Amino acid sequence: MLTRVPQIAPSEITPAGVYFNRRTFLAGAVASAASASLPAGEAAPPSESALSYRRNPQYSVSEPPNRLEEIAGYNNFYEFGTDKESPSRYAHTLRTRPWSVTVQGEAEVRGRFDLEDLLKGRALEERVYRFRCVEAWSLVVPWIGFPLSELLARFKPTSSAKYVEFTTLYDPARMPGQHSGVLNWPYVEGLRIDEAMHPLTLMVVGLYGRVLPNQDGAPLRLIVPWKYGFKSIKSIVQIRFSERQPNTAWNVAAPQEYGFYANVNPQVDHPRWSQATERRIGAPFLAARQPTLPFNGYAAQVASLYQGMDLRRYF
Amino acid sequence: MNITQRYRYLYKPLVFVAGVAPLAWMICGALQLFGASLGADPVKKLEHECGKTALNFLLLTLSVTPVRELAGLPQLLRLRRMLGLFAFFYAVVHFTVYLVLDLELNFRLLGADIVKRPYITIGFSALLLLLPLALTSTNGMMRRLGRRWQSLHRLIYLIAALAVWHFYWQVKRDVREPLLYVGMLALLLAYRLLRWRARRARRAAPAAAPAVQLTSRSGSATAPERT
Repeated sequence: MLTRVPQIAPSEITPAGVYFNRRTFLAGAVASAASASLPAGEAAPPSESALSYRRNPQYSVSEPPNRLEEIAGYNNFYEFGTDKESPSRYAHTLRTRPWSVTVQGEAEVRGRFDLEDLLKGRALEERVYRFRCVEAWSLVVPWIGFPLSELLARFKPTSSAKYVEFTTLYDPARMPGQHSGVLNWPYVEGLRIDEAMHPLTLMVVGLYGRVLPNQDGAPLRLIVPWKYGFKSIKSIVQIRFSERQPNTAWNVAAPQEYGFYANVNPQVDHPRWSQATERRIGAPFLAARQPTLPFNGYAAQVASLYQGMDLRRYF
Repeated sequence: MNITQRYRYLYKPLVFVAGVAPLAWMICGALQLFGASLGADPVKKLEHECGKTALNFLLLTLSVTPVRELAGLPQLLRLRRMLGLFAFFYAVVHFTVYLVLDLELNFRLLGADIVKRPYITIGFSALLLLLPLALTSTNGMMRRLGRRWQSLHRLIYLIAALAVWHFYWQVKRDVREPLLYVGMLALLLAYRLLRWRARRARRAAPAAAPAVQLTSRSGSATAPERT
């Protein structure tokens, strides 16, 4: 079942009834998992962390989502250490309130905005997206968020805004991984403006119906489902519109291995490993490896953005 | 107990238990026993733990000679074969996990990986080179091969270098841990180099050779002319 990866087609959308049952079942699982995994004295305040949202089946895949323990227990978030388990262990030190986002560059509306202000009145939706890491593993995640285009429109980017650059919080006291020189801190990512305005590009504030766990990039992160995971920057504190292509963290760290575009592409291997297949985390024994799809299965929606581009050169 | 008995009935069984312990821990993790866990990606965890354990035993094997010479414990040699065989064992499990659980027996992917991925080519070569060493580790083979046995088993230096390189090269970005292994291997190999130079110096000037040549590094005064 998992080896068959469908394109998103209306006929393949999970029927609402089935979906709803899955959700109630998962809600119970999430609640018990949350209470089991939190240290004493840090019990989750469920009423505060629950989000109100509507499901968006139009943009959701029908594959079964990963369990919360997988999505929140297996993370690349080098600000908290380079092991997959480190973020879930150490990210509780991150303070996500108060939180503000600075907007700069080629836009009419600039300045410092409180997160509450940016989120006020925004309709949240759930989208079940595939998530493909450049390390050749993948997840399916029920994100809660809103289209990035809605947020960017508010700042009225000018005609010179060809790119959008995002920056993660720099706070070595709370992000101990920033003491190491593994990457140039703070983490920076960027998109071309048409990629940023694409309806699939999501600003995420939650998953599984609740606010994001810190290790998944709370309180505000990007999700660009057709690109490798490192493009989907976490814990964003700055958005800058620019005329030039931003210098992004992994591209600066190893330009021959990580391009600016980083579109999921089974034809273009990483110099050291193949991208032709991926392993789905949490999949059944001996049934986890599956073919990787061009643009992570979102080719129908996004391939036109790159028409005429040599995807080997702009990897 | 005399020394032979102590090794046979005490030290060797202890080393054996220590050698099996990582495997036992991994099995507990796979079965979620005693609070052990392999995390959200058990396959990668197993793969990496087996690889690192193999590397650890490889370096332990290479530590036997320096330790027995520097600490004056020549009997330690009796433990070396078991350490080396554990290195081989974990390397085989590492490869098996990669082939069966990671690649899911996709031999086309295996072939492509070995040919196209330098770090896998290197790791696979190291595993292949370990095979003759494991096969010739018995007393009978040692007798039969005579002096050639030692020449063959010098391959271990190449294997260790390949294995550490394999580790270094597969890491995405954070090379601190592989660098630790590079450092340890460099120390172990440097010891051999110094010892070899000291021996050569001793051979060149037998009359002047002091009783303990090893620790007194031959200075320029006693160093032989290059020929």
